[in-house]
Formats: sequence, structure tokens, C-alpha cells
Amino acid sequence: MSKMYYRELYCGTPGRFWSGLALLGVFIAIGLGAAFYMEHNGHWVTGMTNQVVWGLPHVFAIFLIVAASGALNVASIGSVFGGPMYKPLGRYSGLLAIGLLAGGLMVLVLDLGRPDRLIVAMTQYNFKSIFAWNVILYSGFFAIVGVYLWTMMDRSVNKYNRTVGFAAFFWRIALTTGTGSIFGFLVAREAYDAAIMAPMFVIMSFSFGLAFFIITLIAAYIWGDREIGDLRLTRLKNLLGVFVGAVLYFALVFNLTNLYITQHHGIERFILLDGGIYTSMFWIGQVFIGGILPLFLIYSPAFDKSRWAIAFASIAVLIGGFFQIYVIVIGGQAFPMSLFPGKEVVESGFFDGQVASYVPTFPEAALGVAGIAVALTMVAVGARVFKVFPETLED
Amino acid sequence: MSNMNDQPNKDRRLFIGATLAATGAMTVAPGVFLHAANAAGESQGASSKNRWGMLIDTNKCAEGCSACVDACNTENGLHSMGRPETDAVWIRKVKLRDMQTQRENNLVMMCQHCEFPPCVDVCPTTASFKREDGIVMVDRHRCIGCRYCMMACPYKARSFVHEVLTDQSVNQPRGKGCVESCTLCAHRIDEGVMQTACQEACEKEGHAAILFGDLKDPDSEISKTLKTTNSVQIRADLELNTGVRYLNL
Repeated sequence: MSKMYYRELYCGTPGRFWSGLALLGVFIAIGLGAAFYMEHNGHWVTGMTNQVVWGLPHVFAIFLIVAASGALNVASIGSVFGGPMYKPLGRYSGLLAIGLLAGGLMVLVLDLGRPDRLIVAMTQYNFKSIFAWNVILYSGFFAIVGVYLWTMMDRSVNKYNRTVGFAAFFWRIALTTGTGSIFGFLVAREAYDAAIMAPMFVIMSFSFGLAFFIITLIAAYIWGDREIGDLRLTRLKNLLGVFVGAVLYFALVFNLTNLYITQHHGIERFILLDGGIYTSMFWIGQVFIGGILPLFLIYSPAFDKSRWAIAFASIAVLIGGFFQIYVIVIGGQAFPMSLFPGKEVVESGFFDGQVASYVPTFPEAALGVAGIAVALTMVAVGARVFKVFPETLED
Repeated sequence: MSNMNDQPNKDRRLFIGATLAATGAMTVAPGVFLHAANAAGESQGASSKNRWGMLIDTNKCAEGCSACVDACNTENGLHSMGRPETDAVWIRKVKLRDMQTQRENNLVMMCQHCEFPPCVDVCPTTASFKREDGIVMVDRHRCIGCRYCMMACPYKARSFVHEVLTDQSVNQPRGKGCVESCTLCAHRIDEGVMQTACQEACEKEGHAAILFGDLKDPDSEISKTLKTTNSVQIRADLELNTGVRYLNL
């Protein structure tokens, strides 16, 4: 194998780079403005209520955080499991992981009721809270992936690459387990409270993270007029297919288990049959767009080496994944909690027994989109400043 | 200057010294004296010798009556903003119908003051906490407004302050961006008033559906009633050992 050279990513004319950054900057500015608006007025200006307490910003944040840990997959395969085809992509994998996590965390923090008290979250820990653990897991992820990148980019510390790679791999598994456990540990609500949430989030992270990786990799190489070989893309594509299938499998097991338990028939009926928008999001968004369509694009011989098919499959996985998290987060809250089994609520001063309505507002969406823009900005600047991308990825 | 010798001006030193001492004393004194004054007047604080709880008799809870809810709102300075979905609700009336027998019940729901509160478990900053006397509440100085406790509470007992507040009650520190819920009128208990606002209002209306008291005191009315009647906890399956119990549900 010939020696691999990494080079900063230049894309055509300088104007293209700066105008791209400026566009991302506009999205970030709008998102920050939206966050200020929501913080200044209070959350009543959003679609969130006392019934649906986590809204669209959480969907974006969880989506990005989950994808962040998955984006590190390629680096892990390269340095931990010794995949030579993946190794040259390790640097970008780490950079993307850091960018996505930063974007997700920004959204999460700016949606807090008191974002000014972030220092409290950093200094006061309740170690029984999975949220508190996540604060540590998320901060630690930045540090470990940072060191990981260093061992990949600096020859003098390259000998530690495998060790740090192992650490990063375990850390990211812990991180997504922690994110999934946010829901897994909630005994109160029927849509959650399932240990399978943690491994399901891990496999979701594999899938969404790799989809993010593939689509941004293709975009970067088109931008920088560099080459990617078919063999390498096919490897990535096939791996994505396995992950997409695994996500569908976990969703199947999760729902089948619930269907067996009489107590959970209500929530299952809501998600699978008569939950309106949530039912549509589940079947059309999560199952069809996020599962069946990409599997078809990936495995159909008609699209054997088609870059468009790979790109579309990745985008479909991301859209489907977004819907999946929307159904979990919002759908799970919209379904009423069962406080009084065997009884129906005739009247309530606090919407007991009613399906809660949630209509996302523009500021919430703007904040979420800003999270994606932050991730892409960090990636764009990082790739321009550091030697992240190999000069060529020809086979 | 009249003093023409080579000695330094001691008056000036004395003046500076005295000023510093006085300033220091003025800074420290209020703390010392107020602390001393406070220690004399304040109650001993929450004690694990008590566990405050409630018993709600659904047979006595009258349909259409909202005296307890109104009293709670007045006591704690909760005002409707005309947006029911984001308005803070600490206590609510619920009317139920048994799907099999068609029997109807009225009851009030509020924070159940669990012995093992899920909201306290999930709170990342320990803002949700349980006092020694079993009252579950939120430290408004530590709450970062993440709403994880609202996700975790099986009773939908908590509200998030969705807007800027202006006319709060002196009884309750409240503010935008924090989560809050029933405090069992802890401010009253701490002042030695052993009656919550909702119970007081319910009694005034002549229903007496709410019985408040010390679950650890065997001679309290609530303990005696609980010993001789068949009360239930809501969502007893979660084994949270709630401080609020229900009769005839």
C-alpha cells in the first residue's frame, strides 16, 4: 500500500469556503437569536408545555449526540479492530464526532430553563442521576477524542493510538448507553422504562453516525476535488446496511415486547395504529424512509456502485433516524400516563388521560438547525486547518 | 501644619485604624447578630422524627368544588396566565369513572411526597431533594430547568415556570425556568402551623376530605385513620411509599 498523505481541505476558490462558512454562520446566528428569544420570554413561546416538557430541541440534541458517538465508528474500526480500509478515515471520524457532539450539547444547554446555571450542572453532581453521568460522559468524550486525534496526527505519540482508541471506543459505548438510559430508567412512562433502550441507542448511533459520516465525506471530497475509490465507499455502504437492519431489528423487538404486555397495549396502539402524526412518523418516517428505503438503495443490484444511491441512502437514514427520535421523545410524552389503571378520567384540571398536543415552533427548529450548523462549521474549519483528509482515497 | 517635628502624624494612623475597625465591625456585626437573633426565633428545622403526609377521602371530595385548588394558588402565588397547558398546577381535581363498575370518584392529585422519589433520583444537580421530614421539594437556586424530574414523576405533579413572574407570594420563591411542585405548605410547617392551605380550605367548605398530619406520630389523627381503614397509594406498583394516601378509591 502506498503511503498516505493528509492535506488541509481546500475547496475550489477561497470564496466558496468563506461563503459556505458565512451561510452556516447565518444559521447559527438565527439559532442563537431564537435561543435568546425563548430564554428571555420563557418557554411559553415554544410548543413545549407541562405535558410535553421536552420538545423539538431535545430531538435535535439527542439526534446529534447519538450520531456523534456513532461518527467515531470509522476511527474505531481503523485503529481498534485493524481495518486498513478505514484507517485513513480515522482523523475525519474523530473530527466529525467532536463537531456533532458540540452541536448537540449547544442545543441541549440552550434549551435549559436556566442555561445561565450551567456551572451548577458542572459542579453539583447527583450520581444516581443518569443526566449527571452524561455531563461527565459528554465532557470526557471531547477530551478522549481530542487525545485520540492527537495520537492519529502526531507521529511522536502514534504508539499510543491503539490504547487511546480502545479507551475512546469504550467511552463512546458508555456515552450512548447513558443517552439511551435517559429513557430506559424512566419508570413513570409506559413508552420508556425498558432496558433495551440503551443497546437500541447504541445501534442507532452506529447507524446515524455512519450515515452522517458518509454523506459529509462524499460532500467534502466533491468540494475539495479529491477522489474516493468505489471499493472504500462500498465497504462503508455495506456497513451502513448492516446497521440499518440492526436498528429495525431492535425496534421490532422493542415493540413486540410491548405488544405482549397488556399494560403496554395502549402506548403500542397509539404509536402503531391511531396516534395520528406519531403513527405516520413511525411507519413512514422511521420504518420506510429510515429503514426499508435505505436498505433497498444499499442492497439493490441496480444501484451497485451508484454514489447517488449511497448518498440518498445516508440522507434517508438520517431523516428516518430523526423521526425515530421524535417518536420516542415526543410521542412517548404525548401519550397520557396511566395513573389510575382500570379507570377512565372524566374530568381533570391538568389534562390527565388526554393525548397531549405538541406543535413545534420556529424558534425551537431554528435552535436545532443551529446545532447542525455548529457541527458542520467545526468540521469545515477543522478540515481546513488540520490535516484531516487524505489527499486521495483511491482504492 | 503646626506639628513641625520629625515624628509621623499618629492622629492620622489612629484615624485610619479606627475607621478600618469600625468598617470591619459594621460588616461582620449584622451577620453575627442577625444569626444569633435568627437562631433564637427559627424553628429547629425539618426532623426525621416526623414524616408529613396526607390522606384524601374520595367519598368526601365534592364534585365541582375547587376550594383546595384556589387556596393553593392563593397561598403560593400561582396565577393563571390564561394558557392552561403551561400554567403551573400544584394541585388538581380529577374525576374518575371505573370502566367496569361505572362508579365515579373525585379526588385531588398533587406531589405524593414519595419516600423514594423518582424526581430526586434523576435530578442531575440535587436540586430536587427530600427533606428530613419527608417533604419533596425543589431548591430553586440549584434547578437548571432541565425538566428531567417532570419526565420521571409518575404523578405529573410538577410544573415548569414558563414565563417571567411578577407578583409572587412571600411564601414561595418562584421564578422563570425552574421546576416546582406542592411543598406540603412547608413554609407553614416550619412556622409551626400544622395545616396546609388546601386542607384548611376543604374544611372551611365543610367537606374535610383532606387530612394532613405526621405519619410517624402514632397518636396523630392521620396515623390512627390509616391504621383502621383500607387506604391505597396511587401507582403502588412502583413501591415509592407515597406520603399521600387515598381512601375509597
